[in-house]
Amino acid sequence: MTASSTISAKAELERYIDAQEDKGMLRFITCGSVDDGKSTLIGRLLWDSKLIFDDQLAALEQASSKVGTQGDNIDFALLLDGLQAEREQGITIDVAYRFFSTDKRKFIVADTPGHEQYTRNMATGASSADVAVILINAEKGILTQTMRHSYIVSLVGIRKVILAVNKMDAVDFSQTRFEEIRKAYGEFSHDLGFDEVVAIPLSALKGDNVIKPSANMSWFDGPTILGQLETVDISSAEQNDAFRFPVQWVNRSSSDFRGFAGTVAGGKVQTGDPVLVPSSGQIGTVARIVTFDGDIQEAVAGQAVTIELEEEIEISRGELLSTPDARPDTGDQFEAKIIWMNEEPLLPGRRYLIKLGTSTVPARVTDIKYKVNVNTLEHVAAKTLSLNEIGICNIALERELSFDPYAVNRTTGSFILIDWYSNATLAAGSIDFPLRRASNIHRQFLDIDKKARAEIKRQRPMMLWFTGLSGAGKSTIANIVEQKLHERGKHTYILDGDNVRHGLNKDLGFTDADRVENIRRVAETAKMMIDAGIIVLASFISPFRSERQMARDLVDDNEFWEVFVETSLDVCEERDIKGLYKKARAGEIANFTGIDSAYEPPENAEIRVDGGAGTPEDAADKIVGALEEAGVI
Amino acid sequence: MYDADLSHLRRLEAEAIFVFREVVAEFEHPVMLYSIGKDSSVLLHLARKAFFPSTPPFPLLHVDTGWKFREMIAFRDKIVAEYGLRLVVHTNEEGRAEGVTPFTHGSSRYTDIMKTEGLRQALDKHKFDAAFGGARRDEEASRAKERILSFRTATHRWDPKNQRPELWSLYNARVGKGESVRAFPLSNWTELDIWQYIYMENIPIVPLYYAAKRPVVERDGILMMVDDDRLPLEPGETPVEKSVRFRTLGCYPLTGAVISQAATLPEIISEMLRARTSERHGRLIDHDQAGSMEKKKQEGYF
Repeated sequence: MTASSTISAKAELERYIDAQEDKGMLRFITCGSVDDGKSTLIGRLLWDSKLIFDDQLAALEQASSKVGTQGDNIDFALLLDGLQAEREQGITIDVAYRFFSTDKRKFIVADTPGHEQYTRNMATGASSADVAVILINAEKGILTQTMRHSYIVSLVGIRKVILAVNKMDAVDFSQTRFEEIRKAYGEFSHDLGFDEVVAIPLSALKGDNVIKPSANMSWFDGPTILGQLETVDISSAEQNDAFRFPVQWVNRSSSDFRGFAGTVAGGKVQTGDPVLVPSSGQIGTVARIVTFDGDIQEAVAGQAVTIELEEEIEISRGELLSTPDARPDTGDQFEAKIIWMNEEPLLPGRRYLIKLGTSTVPARVTDIKYKVNVNTLEHVAAKTLSLNEIGICNIALERELSFDPYAVNRTTGSFILIDWYSNATLAAGSIDFPLRRASNIHRQFLDIDKKARAEIKRQRPMMLWFTGLSGAGKSTIANIVEQKLHERGKHTYILDGDNVRHGLNKDLGFTDADRVENIRRVAETAKMMIDAGIIVLASFISPFRSERQMARDLVDDNEFWEVFVETSLDVCEERDIKGLYKKARAGEIANFTGIDSAYEPPENAEIRVDGGAGTPEDAADKIVGALEEAGVI
Repeated sequence: MYDADLSHLRRLEAEAIFVFREVVAEFEHPVMLYSIGKDSSVLLHLARKAFFPSTPPFPLLHVDTGWKFREMIAFRDKIVAEYGLRLVVHTNEEGRAEGVTPFTHGSSRYTDIMKTEGLRQALDKHKFDAAFGGARRDEEASRAKERILSFRTATHRWDPKNQRPELWSLYNARVGKGESVRAFPLSNWTELDIWQYIYMENIPIVPLYYAAKRPVVERDGILMMVDDDRLPLEPGETPVEKSVRFRTLGCYPLTGAVISQAATLPEIISEMLRARTSERHGRLIDHDQAGSMEKKKQEGYF
């Protein structure tokens, strides 16, 4: 290689990079119902902009003839449906990202699935897009999925839409048909808040109006798909320019450096600017804006930097640094639109985790105001949201956070809900506005069940039924178990003769009938406590199997454990802490269990502890260990 | 939100830095897979930017199959020393003891054992709960489908049909015991972006990317460099000196060279702009079977 050709290659490249530097980037999605030709459109764009490599083409030709749906033609969809299952089923399951560029722009396109069951994947692709290309099959017109996707596009904040009326070749390139669809879509989308909807008739398969204007539709004088993508204005006029900076990570590179690492989420910041720390209300001053390439004077939205303040202010991950002139909302309640993305339905009152900005805190949906029928945009009353349903909800956080309405800032106004246990991403949401406590005093009926109540305590409610002779050690062991559970933050309650016989059951004596009624009332009380989410420790001699079985039958499977405190009559009588055995032997107490009334020992107790040998502490440890193993605590 | 004036590379850079910081803030034991290639070089550069003035607060992990180009290992050791990084090198010793090589076990089995299994061993051994990788969505069809934070079960499996939704830049970083994520800060970069960025930022890369006279043999349509005397030559094969370079680097018996005169970055990039084959073309493992990358990824390959 000669020196001169090196120089010319370098000059050529530098010219090229300069041109690249001026290029903006546009991220868009293609969406619409299955068979609207989304993948075909992208394949066509890649193909016509010569971004399909020879080896990819060879693989594509091979796959097309094997599983393609276009006869001898290349099936462009196969270029995008990269998963084996997608190719086999001929459907798109998950969003695929593709890259191409023209002289004017770099493009990242997310091809999203059309099937309703994969709506969450469509939302994934939409959330990072500037523009949505919504495809409609000219033969079929507007379908449910068209409307669902349009609504989600609007929900994630996309304001620029290209309505691509595809498969025009199948309707003889009919202008009437195109106008029909354009008008119908305009009526439907009127309330979705789009700034611009540009309708384009095309045939992705044949290439009409994709890159080149169509000779078959000379009646259309609008842009081609690519022409519109290259020129659509995405500098969001509505974008709030108030400085926002969610702190991601505190950088302590040395004892005298403490910087706050994050990405500017709105507006800009300069050295010397005052910044508000919303949680404490303190205002600091930007001392330095640190980057690997040296300190800078100003950072703009989208830039990842590290900010050092003049003052020593306690700031950790999750804080939202802001300009004091236009403060974010700080509070623990807001109204939001959410799209539910899990097979398990949304339960109001249940404790979820919310990730908002760089904070993750427990939160609850306190009220579903209504859900949206995406076919008609009608509001429908709802007590829950199922997979892919969209609702307007009130959300309460367990800790105050700072945020903005989504219309003001997409980054500080969006959140996801996460399941405590499975860690699944359950929902995505955008904040409409904050709620003040006063404005939200009126609460609607909440469907709070046993599980919801127990989850607040992070426990499984159940009844531990301690049975055994008088003096066997039931109450002593139950008390130690309760202490141990309490130490772990579990919510418990002990029901025993002392607190029941003096109140609830003070009308009962010790006849067999009264004993049965005594146990029945205790069991019913314990059942309510289980429904309240509590771990109940019931400590009663309860000599009869049938009554213990009755208690067991009152509650769900796995909610009842029989704990048999097995202590021989001799040991109990020797202990005789309350002097009852002596009285019974003397004939002063009738119907005393073990003396003149039978004790029917459990045959299948879940736990059996020896009340004669070992300490009560050991017995309690055994019980707590078993609870742990069973996942109760 | 971003300023419309930020160039696409600065946007991609900021996105990658954001991912690095999120993962470091949310996970206990992150690690960065360092494969010594150009994507790893860019990844490391971005990591250094993300945590500056601190050094990246995680070690690098190199799963060494024993068949890397010698120049790669020399480059690795130099970079680690220069930047003051911690390097963990792991080799599947059982595989090595059993004599698993690309020649004896075929590229597929060899990759399973020495790379995928080696990687799983290393992740388990050090209990890493998040691993950064340099994979890009433009590389291959199944990669194009993957999330930036990609969940892995306790057995390191990827379930492509049931990925977590990933909206905006809100990455769900919650995992259960033994579960982990792979984090891909370069997801939205293209090969051209990588090269442009290397040029713009003056990032050091292994010299094998530049064209030079190297001894090669042609086998099954692939130009194979004779990096050391462990390459068994087939009858009739004689290494010949050719001006070649590599578009991608892996184990030398599995990585094809391309004939090229491009000895400088500008030349490489202008050659790329005219290229008619994708870079993974030189990788033997992708061609074994349809959906082979997806299958490997499900099993734990990066």
